[in-house]
Amino acid sequence: MLWLLGLLWPLMGIHADGTLSFGKAFTVWLYVLAGTIVIVALVILHKQGLLTWAGAPLKMLRAPAAATTARIPTWIWIAIAAAAAFVFPQFADRYGQDVAINVLVYVCLGLGLNIVVGLAGMLDLGYIAFYGVGAYTYALLSVYYQLSFWLSLPVAACTACIAGCIIGYPTLRMRGDYLAIVTLGFGEIVRIILNNWMQLTNGPNGVLGIKAPGLYLPDWSGGFSFEHLYLKKLHYLYYVILLLAIFTILAVRRLNISRIGRAWEAIREDETAAELMGVNTYLLKLLAYAMGAIFAGLAGAFFAARMRFVSPESFTFLESATVLAMVVLGGMGSIPGIILGALALIVLPEMFREFELYRMLCLGGAMVLMMLFRPGGFITAKRLGRRSEDKEG
Amino acid sequence: MAVEPILELRDVHTSYGAIKALKGVSLTVRPGEIVTIIGANGAGKSTTLMAICGIIGLQQGEIYYNGEPIHGQDADLLPPKGLCQVPEGRRIFPRLTVEENLEMGAFFRRDTKAIQQDMAHVFDLFPVLEDRRTQKGGTLSGGEQQMLAIGRALMSRPKLLLLDEPSLGLAPMIVQKIFEIIATINQDGTTILLVEQNANIALQSAQRGYVLETGRITMEDDARKLLDNPRIREAYLGEV
Repeated sequence: MLWLLGLLWPLMGIHADGTLSFGKAFTVWLYVLAGTIVIVALVILHKQGLLTWAGAPLKMLRAPAAATTARIPTWIWIAIAAAAAFVFPQFADRYGQDVAINVLVYVCLGLGLNIVVGLAGMLDLGYIAFYGVGAYTYALLSVYYQLSFWLSLPVAACTACIAGCIIGYPTLRMRGDYLAIVTLGFGEIVRIILNNWMQLTNGPNGVLGIKAPGLYLPDWSGGFSFEHLYLKKLHYLYYVILLLAIFTILAVRRLNISRIGRAWEAIREDETAAELMGVNTYLLKLLAYAMGAIFAGLAGAFFAARMRFVSPESFTFLESATVLAMVVLGGMGSIPGIILGALALIVLPEMFREFELYRMLCLGGAMVLMMLFRPGGFITAKRLGRRSEDKEG
Repeated sequence: MAVEPILELRDVHTSYGAIKALKGVSLTVRPGEIVTIIGANGAGKSTTLMAICGIIGLQQGEIYYNGEPIHGQDADLLPPKGLCQVPEGRRIFPRLTVEENLEMGAFFRRDTKAIQQDMAHVFDLFPVLEDRRTQKGGTLSGGEQQMLAIGRALMSRPKLLLLDEPSLGLAPMIVQKIFEIIATINQDGTTILLVEQNANIALQSAQRGYVLETGRITMEDDARKLLDNPRIREAYLGEV
């Protein structure tokens, strides 16, 4: 415990005006010490079996609870979740809607990254670059050509896909650490280009005046015509991203259970063996990059449409790391896990806004603990598709 | 030599960077045979198989499969032609189930019904795999993993099966069992090229053998004759 005191004191004891103090660091340290003693005591008691009396009623409750949850089929859960997501904006205020939109954007990003990291097993530290490419594609199309959001979506997906192939092509021979470093570099290259190409992207000042997604509504007042409506209100935007997220979920699920998904898993497990089984590893790895990039591009286009402003600052390495953390924390390869991961990493920091200063510290600590005790993530990936367990069970 | 060889290597050279691994390997395998390549660690046995499968590129030389040149071809095109390898150290997919591992062996095939039949056939050969079909590959024992690796390769309906060190790290009893099954597979019509360090059991089960030393074939003969060869007995069978 002494090392903690040694660690804490410089943080809390040295003040900006040059004075030193010991009191505050010492009190905090005492709290931590007391907490540790209580936890250690509980663990020791538990090991000696003295706490079974406390756990017994809980266990009795858990068994029937698990049985009832198991009896309800999965689609009911999905239906409940979908209904909740659908009616959410009716009950939430502006702030809540804003956070929810954020969560859904990250769900799209997390699921896209999951294809690359979770399925194909390639560590990508520059994933946010594709998000940036998508965002800038729509931003520039909207500002220079007044192209509508819906038309720009596929274009953004395409440019992100091309970017995915560009990064995928030279890295195909790399594995593990080397790949991580190259993708990290690529992410930075994209950000720096966006930052410095003044004529096109307006550099660090960003692109202003991006149009919100529009919608043509039939209008019967005074004859039949179509009225063009910009979806500027937050709850409209919420439905747009909800649509995108649902599309992403369905697409990723399809990929998961397809032959392609199986081949990706085989590549993740053992690339050479996969090749010996007749898997075209070259093409499939490229495809993994491209597919991951497409979802990031879609999310990016939406991001630009919602903010109506993009600047390179939104696409830093920290964002890549956050998305990766969601995937790992939620459970690699598991769709509900990643949704939960996105929810946790966006909503929890919002809820603990008061502890602003300690937020990152807590987040880091929580991740270390998660990886120690639940390395598979919140929801460990269940095997999808036509599997032997289903047939027998 | 009336029969057309199913596999022919002509003066194959490969290298890892500056280090030459194969310095002119030539060999032939005829349909229906079990041919073995024996040799010490680092002689280039596994490299030979990887070169045949297109994982390692050639510097020089030619490889013909059924009379068709396959050097320089992409590795993933070979299993559909009936050329499949069981790599050294098993290399099964540890986090996929036994059944999924087997399905991966039939990855390029789309005839679902026939795949099911082949899986039943693999389960006939290795009943233990059927008991473990929902278990993850990584949780199997070494012998079971070797069986899974062979089963996975059989799922591609190979005409020529390359086996790399199937005895590696296995108990003698299991090795015996694996070689019995290899003989069965051969009797069912699959040609086998077997790479082994365990020269004794390899030469006993094969018809012909090659001796590979530091990237060169130094001897080629009937397996029986190699078994009786005093130099082989001394170098590879541990007799003084």
